[in-house]
Amino acid sequence: MGKIRQRLYVIVGLIVVSILALIPRNKIERVVDAKTGALKDTTVRRVPINYGLDLRGGIHLALEVDQSKGPVPDCADAIQRAERVIRTRMNEFGTKEPVVQIQGRCRLIVELAGEKDPARARGVIQRTAFLEFRITDMKGLFKDALPQIDAALRKAGVKSRSNAAPSAVAQLFGGDTTKAARDSAAEANAPGVLSSLLFQGQLAGEYLVQDEQWLLVDSLIARPEVTAAIPRGIELRWGAQSESRNARPYRALYAVESRPIITGEELVKAQARRDQLTNQSIVAFQLSRRGARKFADETARHINDYMAIILDGRVQGQPPIIRSQIGANGQIELGTKPLQEASDLALVLRAGALPAPLTIVDERTISASLGADSIHDGVLAGVVGILLVVVIMIGYYRLSGALAVAALTLYCLFTLAGLALFGFTLTLPGLAGFVLSIGIAVDANVLIFERIREELVHGKSLRLAVEDGFLHAMNAIVDSNVSTILTALILYAVGTGPVQGFAITLIVGIIASMISAIFVVKTLFLIWLQRRPDMVTLSI
Amino acid sequence: MIRLFDKANYDFIKWRRWAFSLTGAIMLVGLGFLLTRGINYSIEFTGGTLVQVELQKQVPIAELRTALDQVGLHGADIQTFGSDTSFVIRARLGAEGDQGEAGTQAVAAAVGRALDQAVGPGQYTIERREAVGPKVGRELQGKALLAILFSFVVTLIYLAVRFEWRFGLAAVVATAHDVVATIAFISVMHLEVSLVVVGAVLTVVGYSLNDTIIIFDRVRENLRKYRRQNLYEILNLSINETLPRSVLTHGTTIATTLSLLVLAGEVIRPFAWVMSFGIFTGTFSSIYIAAPVLLWIEKRWPGEDARGARTFGSRAPAPQFAPATPTASPSPRTPQPTR
Repeated sequence: MGKIRQRLYVIVGLIVVSILALIPRNKIERVVDAKTGALKDTTVRRVPINYGLDLRGGIHLALEVDQSKGPVPDCADAIQRAERVIRTRMNEFGTKEPVVQIQGRCRLIVELAGEKDPARARGVIQRTAFLEFRITDMKGLFKDALPQIDAALRKAGVKSRSNAAPSAVAQLFGGDTTKAARDSAAEANAPGVLSSLLFQGQLAGEYLVQDEQWLLVDSLIARPEVTAAIPRGIELRWGAQSESRNARPYRALYAVESRPIITGEELVKAQARRDQLTNQSIVAFQLSRRGARKFADETARHINDYMAIILDGRVQGQPPIIRSQIGANGQIELGTKPLQEASDLALVLRAGALPAPLTIVDERTISASLGADSIHDGVLAGVVGILLVVVIMIGYYRLSGALAVAALTLYCLFTLAGLALFGFTLTLPGLAGFVLSIGIAVDANVLIFERIREELVHGKSLRLAVEDGFLHAMNAIVDSNVSTILTALILYAVGTGPVQGFAITLIVGIIASMISAIFVVKTLFLIWLQRRPDMVTLSI
Repeated sequence: MIRLFDKANYDFIKWRRWAFSLTGAIMLVGLGFLLTRGINYSIEFTGGTLVQVELQKQVPIAELRTALDQVGLHGADIQTFGSDTSFVIRARLGAEGDQGEAGTQAVAAAVGRALDQAVGPGQYTIERREAVGPKVGRELQGKALLAILFSFVVTLIYLAVRFEWRFGLAAVVATAHDVVATIAFISVMHLEVSLVVVGAVLTVVGYSLNDTIIIFDRVRENLRKYRRQNLYEILNLSINETLPRSVLTHGTTIATTLSLLVLAGEVIRPFAWVMSFGIFTGTFSSIYIAAPVLLWIEKRWPGEDARGARTFGSRAPAPQFAPATPTASPSPRTPQPTR
C-alpha cells in the first residue's frame, strides 16, 4: 500500500536524522594542562547534547556595573565593552566553552562549566586591571599644600584627633568608632588634622600612614574640601598593601601626577615568571610600538624620578626610580606573592581593562560531583519511570500497548535529537520535565486506544474502529497539548536557565509525542491491519 | 483484554457536597499553615546565600551553628540534605537586608570560614553555592508573578476561544481550585518555593486543564448525542466514559512523578512533590469541581435554548440541522444514572 510506504519513509527519515543528530562527535576543548598550567586543545568525543551548569557543574555569575561609588552614565555601553574584555579573559582562562553574554541592557552573564575554583574565576572576572604609570610628586607640591588642606579641614569643622569628640569621629566614618576612640588618646597635640597623620616616606611624594589609621585618612582625603585644596595636577593613591617599617605596619600614600605617562592600553604582552635571584613573582610586559615610543620619551625626561605603577588605583610596590630611558619592555614586581597570582595578573593585563568595575549580583556554583549525581539520579528516575509506563501500557493494552511502547522509544529518540539539533540545553529540571513528559506522552495513545475500544463496542468493524478512533481522539489530544505548550512557552519567556531548560524539554517532548503517538502508532496499526487482513479481534 | 472501569456507572456528581467539604477543609488547613508559618521562599526570591556542603565526617548541627554564630552569621538556617554528612546552610536577606549586593558574597565567604573552624580546612567540599543579590531576587519575584498571571490570561483566552463561556468558567474555577490547593499543600509540607516549583505549579495548571478539557469535550459530544438526558446525567456519563482514560493516564504520569520523587535526588524533590500532588488535585478537580460547578452555573444561567443544556458549547451548528456526523452513532449503552 503506497500510503503505508510513504509513512514509513517519513518515519525512517526522522529516525535517521535523529540518530545523526545524536552520534558522538569530536569536539575540540581548551583545557588547562595540569602540569605546565598552559592552555592546550584536546579532542573529546561526546554526544552533542548541551548539559546545563547544574548537570555538569560550574559557575554562573550575573554581573552589573558597580554603581555604588558613583553612577555610571551609560551602563549599556560599559557592559558591552566589559563583555569583550571578559570574553578574551575567559578564553585564556582555560574553561571549556565559556559563556559570556549580555542579558537585558546592563547585565552580563558569565557561565564557566566545569570550573573548580570559583574564587579564582571571580577574581579574574572582577578585576578591572586598569594599569597606568605615573611620576610621583617630585616637586613636593602636595607637601606644600598640606597647611592649606589642614586649614580647610579645620574650617569645615573637622577637629584634630587630639581634641575631637567621639561623636564627631563617629559621624566621620559612620560606625568604626571604637578603633578611632582608642587611637585618639595616643595622638596628642597635633598641629594639623591631616598632616599629623602623615609621615614623610623615603622618596619624593611618598607618605606613610599607620595601618590602623588609614581608613580615617582615606575618609579625610575623600572630603570635598580636601580634594579642592590638593594642587592641580596632583592626585593621591594608596599603596596596594600595608608594609612593615620599623616593625610597625604602615600603609603608603603616594602623591602622584594626575597625568599617566602611559596606560595599560599600550600593553601588548604580559607574562608571569619567577625571578631566579630574588625569588620574586614578576610580570614582564611589552608595549606596543606607539606605546614604547611614548614611554621612551617620557622616561628620558624623568630620569631619576620615581615612577608609580598603579593597578586599579593602587600603587604596586614601592615606586622604582627611573635610571635610564626605558623602551618597550618592563616588568612589575609582585614580591613574595605566588606565581599563580602573577599569571592571573598577566592574563588580566593581556586581555585588557574593564571599563568600569563590575559587581556580582547573582552567583550559582555547583560542583561537578553534584552535577554527576544529578545526572545519575535523573537518568535512574527516567529509566524506572519508562519501565513503569511500559509495564502499564503493555499490561493493559497488550499488543497495541506494545506498539505504543515502540512509539515511546522513538519519542525518547526524537526528544533527545530535538534538544541536540536545536542546541537546547538540558538542565536538571529539564531532565525532570523529560521524565514527566514520558508519562504525559502516552496520554495521546491512551485517548486513541480508549476511543478505538469504544468504537469497537459500538459494533464498528475493526478497520473503521481504528480509523474513527484516531479521528475522534484528535480533538481531545490537540486541546490537551495546546494548553501545556502555552504554559511551557510562558515559562520559557519568563524563566531563568534551569526553568527554561524545563520548558524547552516539555515543548520538544510534546511535539515529539504528537509525532510518535499519532503518526508512528497509526502507521504501525496500518501495517498490522494490512498484514492480518483476516483479523477480527484487535489486541487492545 | 483488561478493562478497568468498563461500563462504569458511578454517580460522581452525587458526592459533590462531600467533595467540596473535603477540599474546603484541606484549603482551610493550608490557609492556617500559610498564615502562621508563611511560605518558605527559596533564596532565589528573597535574596541571600545558600551553601551546600558535603562533610567528610559526621558533625552535629549544633556544632556547625556555633561556628556560624562565631563568624557573625546569626539566624542562618541549617538543614541536612539527603544524608547525614550533607548540609544546606541558608542565610536569607531581609532582616539584615541592607547588606546589599556585596553582602551575599561576604556571607558566602563567612560560611567558608565557619566551616574551616568547625570541621577543618579540606575536610569538606562545597557542592553548591548560591549568592543572590536583593535586586535579582526582586526581579525573579516579579518574573514568577508575571508568569503566573500571564499563564492565567492565556488559559482564559484559550478557554474562551475553545469553549462556550459556561464551560470556560467551570474550567477556570477548577483550575483556580488546583492552584489554591497546591499552595496549601506547599505550605503544609513546608516545601521550598523556587522558580522551578513555580514552574511545577504552572505545569499542574496545564495538566489539570487538560484533564478538565478532555471530560468537557466528552460532555459536549454527549450533549449532542443524548438529547433526552439532563446535564446531571450527561456529566456523570461523560466522567464514567472517560474514566478508563483518566485511570491510565494519571497512572502513567503518577508513575513517572513518583519515580522522580523517590529517585531523582534532593534538588528536584520539591518539584516532584508538587507535581505528584498536582496530578491528584488535577484529577479530583476535573471530576468534583469542574463538573458540579458547570451544573451549578447551568442552573443559575440556563442555556437559551428551550431544552436548556442542549445548546452547550456547540461551535458546530445546532445538532438538529447538522448533517449526520460520525460521532452521532447511537449508543447501545443507555446511561442510567442512579440518582
